[in-house]
Formats: sequence, structure tokens, C-alpha cells
Amino acid sequence: MDGHAGTRSSLVWAVNIAAALMVLLWTIPTFGLLVTSLRDRDQIAASGWWKAPFTSVQSDFVRAGTAPDQVAEGAIWVIAGNVLEPGEKLRAWGTDSRDPMAFAPGEVAELADGRSLTVAVDGAYRLTSPEQFSETRGMRIFVTTLTPPRFTLENFSRVIGAEGLGQAFLNTFTVTIPATIIPILIAAFAAYALAWMEFPGRALLIAAVVGLLVVPLQLALIPLLKLHNDIGLGKGYMGIWLAHTGFGLPLAIYLLRNYMVGLPREIIESARVDGASDFQIFRRIILPLSFPALASFAIFQFLWVWNDLLVATVFLGNTREQLVMTGVLRELMGSRGGDWEILAASAFISIAVPLVVFFGMQKYLVRGLLAGSVKGG
Amino acid sequence: MEQFLLASGTIVAGVFGCVAWFWGSNMVLDLALPARGPRAGANMQRAGAIRPWLFLGPAILILAVYLVYPVINSAWRSLNDADGTAFVGLKNYQWLMGDSKFHESLGNNMLWLVTVPALSTVFGLIAAQITDRIRWGNFAKSMVFMPMAISFVGAGVIWKFIYDFRGVGQEQIGLMNAIVVYFGGTPQTWLVTPFWNNFLLMAVLIWIQTGFAMVILSAALRGIPEESIEAAILDGANPWQVFMRIKVPQIWGTIAVVWTTITITVLKIFDIVFVMTNGEWGTQVLANLMYNWMFRGAPDYGRGSAIAIVIMALVTPIMIWNIRNARREMR
Repeated sequence: MDGHAGTRSSLVWAVNIAAALMVLLWTIPTFGLLVTSLRDRDQIAASGWWKAPFTSVQSDFVRAGTAPDQVAEGAIWVIAGNVLEPGEKLRAWGTDSRDPMAFAPGEVAELADGRSLTVAVDGAYRLTSPEQFSETRGMRIFVTTLTPPRFTLENFSRVIGAEGLGQAFLNTFTVTIPATIIPILIAAFAAYALAWMEFPGRALLIAAVVGLLVVPLQLALIPLLKLHNDIGLGKGYMGIWLAHTGFGLPLAIYLLRNYMVGLPREIIESARVDGASDFQIFRRIILPLSFPALASFAIFQFLWVWNDLLVATVFLGNTREQLVMTGVLRELMGSRGGDWEILAASAFISIAVPLVVFFGMQKYLVRGLLAGSVKGG
Repeated sequence: MEQFLLASGTIVAGVFGCVAWFWGSNMVLDLALPARGPRAGANMQRAGAIRPWLFLGPAILILAVYLVYPVINSAWRSLNDADGTAFVGLKNYQWLMGDSKFHESLGNNMLWLVTVPALSTVFGLIAAQITDRIRWGNFAKSMVFMPMAISFVGAGVIWKFIYDFRGVGQEQIGLMNAIVVYFGGTPQTWLVTPFWNNFLLMAVLIWIQTGFAMVILSAALRGIPEESIEAAILDGANPWQVFMRIKVPQIWGTIAVVWTTITITVLKIFDIVFVMTNGEWGTQVLANLMYNWMFRGAPDYGRGSAIAIVIMALVTPIMIWNIRNARREMR
């Protein structure tokens, strides 16, 4: 029996470790983005985000002053200044790119023509010469510095203001909220009819809804854009609300109908016997009872509309004032691909709201998934 | 502020409009065909025949305009020339057959089709199985499920950080190259290395879809009757055998649903490729190719629509399968 128990506990260990590994793998990418968005801009470019909590070593060179900066001190000429930026610490310095760490802070380097250079711990350097300096280009001082980790919210304030993400945030909300609420209403009525009313062609309609679930929306772009132009809607919020309503309806009807069919028949029958009309039954009984399904779909539609790029690109204009957040993000990836701090902070802002909704309402999301897992993306 | 007013105004108008339609039309029906008086019976019957269509009306109208009409219209456009003025028959499809970019896209879509659903389902199954057996399983599930809430564009940015490349000798800030360099390798320009870069893009989608597969499969695994598992354990089956021989065969139906759902997502895959490589370096896919023909440079709606119809044709078998399943369940 001992051996058996032994293998079981080792299996438990293996399962725990495997789960931990998987969680780590799945969260590291997002975590990296969060850390990057909080780092100082120079540090992002200098070291990987996983080194963020540690003091980083940076090597660079600084140019010393030129001839106009010199002052005479008795018989010698001196150029003085500082090689460090605030917060940095000097580790070593040098005068040659082949040996950039030749001298410790405070040491004196003897150069050609009787010149000498010294760099102190605090970064102050002093270049002296028996002759007057005549350079128009300062000599290079190679410095290796220690930079303490710096975290900042500056990136966020910068992208919200200067990069137009604040406006995009508003735009995204403007697109998302009506595009979530309107399909729910329309679908709820349709779902009730498909679940609890008898009429010819009902089975056919249900089949059609299931079929429409998978229609690729790429197909709809050009015809609808033309249609919107023809009827005078053009590119604007009204058009995108309608488009998202249309694309979301099949799933909404499908989910809600499946849920409503499962409600107890007796309640509805007895209400009918008491003389309630279909409209009253729907409003007083079905709607309140269907709350979980309504919530599931609302989350789906919210996430889908918020995260959508294609529909917004096509049905909204592409000027800076009209872009939604995914659009701005995409544009930044093209134009500011090297500015990691902007990209990271913008991306984080754009995924923050869906993540809050996700963690807050996960229960409903899971329930909705289990009820309607035939729709794909 | 103006925008805020417009949005709230629309919400109110939309909601009020919908309610007014359903409430008003029902009222009109009740007034026109009252359920009393000499013809109460006949009236009730006729009202009963009309009422479902009042409830369904807006939905049918929107579905027809926003989903059915575009399919028909696209099919027609694919038979016309670039700006839709002249009928050209099957010329656009002939052009597709000979176009190397189309071949590349179709090939890549097939590659995605083989890889992503399979790996997402397998990872999802593993995740479901191990998270169901540990105490902090719910937390682990949340974490694996989380990417589901992240947009494809956001995911694109996140993964760009992982694939980032710096020249040899420079400090690597992309995680993958940092690992390669740590183990003594040379850093790679991951995203521009043809063929393999496709798999790097797929990794992003697998990362997103695994959580979805896990949630559904986990529910299915919990639904398996305890007795069958206990019987197998009593017969001396080890955990691996229990999993492969007892559990997996009982949830084949659910696995198929997960697989097809991810397959549909894959066939339509657009955003990830669009923002990460824009289809260059051999990563083109159908949806992005279609976007290029429709919205880039000089638009060619005929060719773009033809590609859209190809995507539709690829989805159709799954659509039919879904409808048949739904009808079987209803009976």
C-alpha cells in the first residue's frame, strides 16, 4: 500500500507543477507588457522587462566640452563638466572604445601631449592640458553606469494625452455600449417567439440562425459599405452600431432561445390561462428569468465589439478623431514600432477594460460559452 | 461631450424605439383583432398567426440586410469587374487559380487549419484535466482563460515583445531571443523568417484559444459519470489509461464542437496577421489578402469578393454540420 500512496503523491506533485508551468507560460506575455508599460523609456530599450527590478548596467559615451568651454587655471587649461544623468552611478570609465572600462572612478588617465583626464565618482570630469585646447569636437569619454530601476506612470499620461488614446477610449465606448444593448433587445423578442410561439416556418428560421452564426463577416464589408453610402448613412457611428447589431444577432438569438426553451412550461402556461398576453408574459416572466443568458451575451458582445478591429476600420473613418483603440494601436505599431513605451502603455490601456469585465463577470462568460459554443470569433 | 450626448441619445432612442415597436405593434394588433365580441375566436386565431412576426420582425429585417444580402451581393460582385460595372463571369476565379499570393494564402490557411485547432484542443484538454485535480484549479483556469479577453491587436503587441530582435551583441529585449542568447545561440529575426514565422503567428492564436477549449472540455470532463472511472481504476488502470481510454472517448462530441469552433475562427483569421506582419514574408492569409484587394491601393471589388466567397465556401461544410446537429437536438 505504501508504494501506491507514494506514486499518488508524486503524481499530485507532477500535476501541480504542470499546472504552475502552464499558468506561468500563459501569463508571462501579458505580465511582460504590464511591466514594460510601467518602466522608464530608456530602460525599456536598454534591458529586457524581466530585468526591470534590478539595477541595470549601461555603457555609453559622452562627449567632453570643446574649445569654447575651456578656462585657464594658472598655467593649465581645463575643460570640466559631468558625464552622468540624475540617478545614475558611475562604475567605470575609459577613453578608448576598445577598453571602455579602463579606469575606476577617481583615477587619472594620462593622455598624449601632456593632457590628463579624471572622472570622479559623482561623474564630474576634468580634462587638463598645458596648451590651449583647439578642438571643435569634444573627446569621447566612455562611461559604464549603474542605473537603479525606475518605474513611472509617465508613459500612460503621455499616450492618453499626446497620442490621442483618450479620444480613442471615448470613441470605443461610444461604439461599444449601443452595439451591445440594441442587439440584446431585438434578439430577446425574436428568441421568445422562436422558443414559445407556434407558427409555420419556425424550425426553418432556427436552422437559418444556426447557419448565419458562422458567416464570415469579411463577406459583408463591401456590400454593406456600399449600402450605407447609398442610403446616406456613410461612415459613422450609426452605421457601425447597425453593423455590429447585425453581426451579433445570430449568436444572441441562438443563446437566448436555447435558454428560454429551458424555462419551465408551467409558469408560461398558467400565465396564459390567467389571460396574460404574449407581450406581458415576455416582459414580466421571461425577461427577468433570462437574466443569466442576457448577461452572458452582453459580455460576449461587449468583448467582441471592444476588441474588434476590422469592422471599425471599415465602417468608421480613419482620421485621428474617429479611430477606436484597436485602430490607434494598429497605427502605432506601424508608425511608432520602435517606441516600446508608447506601444506598451497604449496596449495596456486598451486591454484593461476587457480584462476588468472578464475577471468581474467570468461566471456568466463561462455559462454563455457552454451554451453557445458553435460560434467562432 | 457632444459625442457622449450622441451615444446616450442613441441608446435611449434605440431602446425606446425597440420597446415602442414591440409594445405599439402588439397593441395595434389587439385593437384591430379584439379577443371579444361576435368574432372573438376567429380574431384570436388570426392575431396568433400574426404576433410571432411582430416579435421576429426587426431581427429578420436586420439579419436579412446585414448577413443574407451581403452573401448574395458578394457572390454577384465576384462575377463582376473591379468596380462592379461589367459582368466578367468566372474570370476573377480564374485569376485566383493562377495567382501566387492566393496559393500562398490558401496554403497558409491550411497550415493554420491543421495546427491551431489541434494544438488548442490538446492544450485545452491537458489544462482542463490538470486544473480539475488541484486545489487552486479555479485560479489556474482564470489565468489560462484570460487571453480570451484580449483583442487580437493587443495580443499582437504583447507577442511582438516576445519576438523582438536586436542585432548580434546587443542586449536582447525580446524574451525569445534573450533565451536563445542565454544558451549561447545567435539571435534570430523571428517574424521575417519565412515558413517558421507562420507558426509564431499561430502561437498567438493558440495562446488565445486554449482557454476557450479548456473551459468547454473541463465541463465535459466533469460530466462523465463517476462509475465508469471508478470501475476502470478498480480494474487496475493507471491515470494515463483512465484519461485516454475512459475519459477522452466519452467526450468526443464536445471535442468535435471545440475543434470546429476554433476551425471557423482560424478560417477567418485576420487581425493577428494584419498587425504583426501584414502578410509579408510568406505569412499571407485569405482574409488579409481580401482586405488588401478591397481597401489598399486601387480597390478591386471583384477579386476581393471572389476571395471572400472562397472563405465562405470553406466555412460552409461546418455550417451544414452545425445545422444538422441543431436539428437533431431539437427533435
